Amino acid sequence: MGRYIIRRILWGIAMLFIVSAVIFLIFYILPSADPAVLRAGRNAGPAQIAQIRHSLGLDKPVWRQYLDYMQQVFLHFNFGYSYQYNVPVRQLIFSRLPATIWLTVGAVIIWLAVGLSIGIVSAVRRRSILDRTTMTGSLALISAPVFWLGLVSLYLFADDIGVWKIFPGQGAFAAANNPLQKAEAMILPWLVLAAATSAIYARYMRASMIDTMSEDYIRTARAKGLPERTVIRRHAVRSAITPIVTLIGLDVGTLLAGNAILTETVFNIPGVGRLLYNAIGVSDLTVIQGITLFGAFFIVFFNLVVDIAYAYLDPRVRYS
Amino acid sequence: MTEPLLQVEDLRVKFSTEDGIVHAVDGISYTVNAGQTLGIVGESGSGKSVSSLTMLGLTRNQGADIEGRIMFQGKDLVTLPDDDLRKIRGNEIAMIFQDPLSSLHPFYKVGVQLTEAVHAHRNVSKSAARDRAVELLDLVGIPDPSRRVDQFPHEFSGGMRQRVMIAMALANEPKLLIADEPTTALDVTVQAQILALLDDLQSRLGMAIIIITHDLGVVAEITDQIAVMYAGRIVERAPTSAIFGSPQHPYTWGLLKSIPRLDSPRGEELVPIAGRPPSLIKRPSGCHFHPRCPYVREEHKRIDPGLEPVPDDPTHSVACLLTAELRQRIWRGLSEGETSATLRHLVVEEEQQPATAHAAPRVAEDDPS
Repeated sequence: MGRYIIRRILWGIAMLFIVSAVIFLIFYILPSADPAVLRAGRNAGPAQIAQIRHSLGLDKPVWRQYLDYMQQVFLHFNFGYSYQYNVPVRQLIFSRLPATIWLTVGAVIIWLAVGLSIGIVSAVRRRSILDRTTMTGSLALISAPVFWLGLVSLYLFADDIGVWKIFPGQGAFAAANNPLQKAEAMILPWLVLAAATSAIYARYMRASMIDTMSEDYIRTARAKGLPERTVIRRHAVRSAITPIVTLIGLDVGTLLAGNAILTETVFNIPGVGRLLYNAIGVSDLTVIQGITLFGAFFIVFFNLVVDIAYAYLDPRVRYS
Repeated sequence: MTEPLLQVEDLRVKFSTEDGIVHAVDGISYTVNAGQTLGIVGESGSGKSVSSLTMLGLTRNQGADIEGRIMFQGKDLVTLPDDDLRKIRGNEIAMIFQDPLSSLHPFYKVGVQLTEAVHAHRNVSKSAARDRAVELLDLVGIPDPSRRVDQFPHEFSGGMRQRVMIAMALANEPKLLIADEPTTALDVTVQAQILALLDDLQSRLGMAIIIITHDLGVVAEITDQIAVMYAGRIVERAPTSAIFGSPQHPYTWGLLKSIPRLDSPRGEELVPIAGRPPSLIKRPSGCHFHPRCPYVREEHKRIDPGLEPVPDDPTHSVACLLTAELRQRIWRGLSEGETSATLRHLVVEEEQQPATAHAAPRVAEDDPS
């Protein structure tokens, strides 16, 4: 077990190096704008630009630039400076992370609670009206774009422009002062972000449950004379949830990496996704690079967590 | 005579599917006395598993339409409410299955699965249930049971897993054990061990056993009675010695002729039964076996034989339209090494039709499958 975890950690670190190199190469080969020109401002002459290029190290060979960058990242945890804001990228990301974490954690809790329970009940009561209704509804939610769903929810429920003024609307999170207000401000974003994902999870869980319910060991559990709810909870759900754990890891990782960009934009939440969105708009390369690398870290990290969790869930993994 | 432990009367199980109604079990009756062993033999799809799963109520939530009676200790298991049936399941009637690999939950330790079986019906302490689990593993011949109890199923070999399954079934000292193809997934040497174990456990614990199998060879040693099933029905039912000594049904002959024997002459061929098992949705007319029967006559395609006792033995019943005397002659011929092709003339002669030159096993033209 210990060796398994160490192996996974080493592999994760190797993965991060590979990802960082690929990111660096992509931004070098495909510059949407010359960083030196952007940095120099509107009225700069060629000499000025050349000087900036030299001071940023952009005139060095690409492998040298990569090594310099990686050295800064690993030894000093320094991701460079934002051209736009002229502050360290690290500081920018850290100032935006809390909002994204708030958004992600709440949404994950909601979609797991809603998605998994709907999935389980639909599988157990297969072909019932409940099953058909929830599965049709889930298809509708999966098909609805997040920005549309967000705008509709604001139009219906926001306390400023809503038809029913129930929940805090746009920008409420930035204005909130205490955790309670923050949570309240997050209600609509959480629901909107969780909607499509809980629908997907409901479908996955349903399919996984249906597969599991036809397993021989479920028949054994019934033949033992266990009550049906014990058969479902202890035997079926326990197996059916294992593949879902993989999904959770990936989804949490990508959300923290800025994948909540649409929700953050619609609700005006100052998170990493918004930062990325703005940075792309003005070609702020160091910020984009920094966020991408951070994102890669989160994804690798949560995959590691999933692998370890998997070994605990499935005893067969531990020994192989 | 005391009341039998289990009495199945005219049991019918139907499933509605998109393709039509599947007549999985079509009016079977049998009895099992306490401490006795019954073998139910038939090909896959003959309804042998469905009938026993139905006994435990395990076909109920699959949309099965169940008729008839299954009397067990004065209760009708067909009409018994779900929760009362659950209390019998794994307690008074226990079941083991074909594939011990997939029949144990891969995520739980063997001990956990055993104690769960105990706790399902007994209100005992955790440590008492664990002691019982170790005791059960010991009972089924698993070495070092106090260590093995904390291992996962994938750490056991196939034969050992089947022993675990048997241990689990015995947890509450059932009066009836149903073994559904208990040795099919195992190596031949292990098969013999498992059968010997079942036999030994039966003599020690005194329970009745129903063994379901497609292999007559498996049940020869340890059963008292054998019921041969074909297309959802029992076509022959007799004490084991009579099934092997004077089998009456052409299908039973086919099964017997397809068992390899060590004492048969070198070079003797095994004779498979021609054709495929019939569809249980659109069954053959008349005698369901007629499309595969080498001794079929025209009228057999119309008349549906009932299960009748043979003239000189009330314990031996068969559902066949051939006369007893003819069946005896054919079986004598078969046991002397003749083939169904050469014996077919007996049937044709009796039918008093001009003997056709070749009487190869004939597949009926109106075979619906």
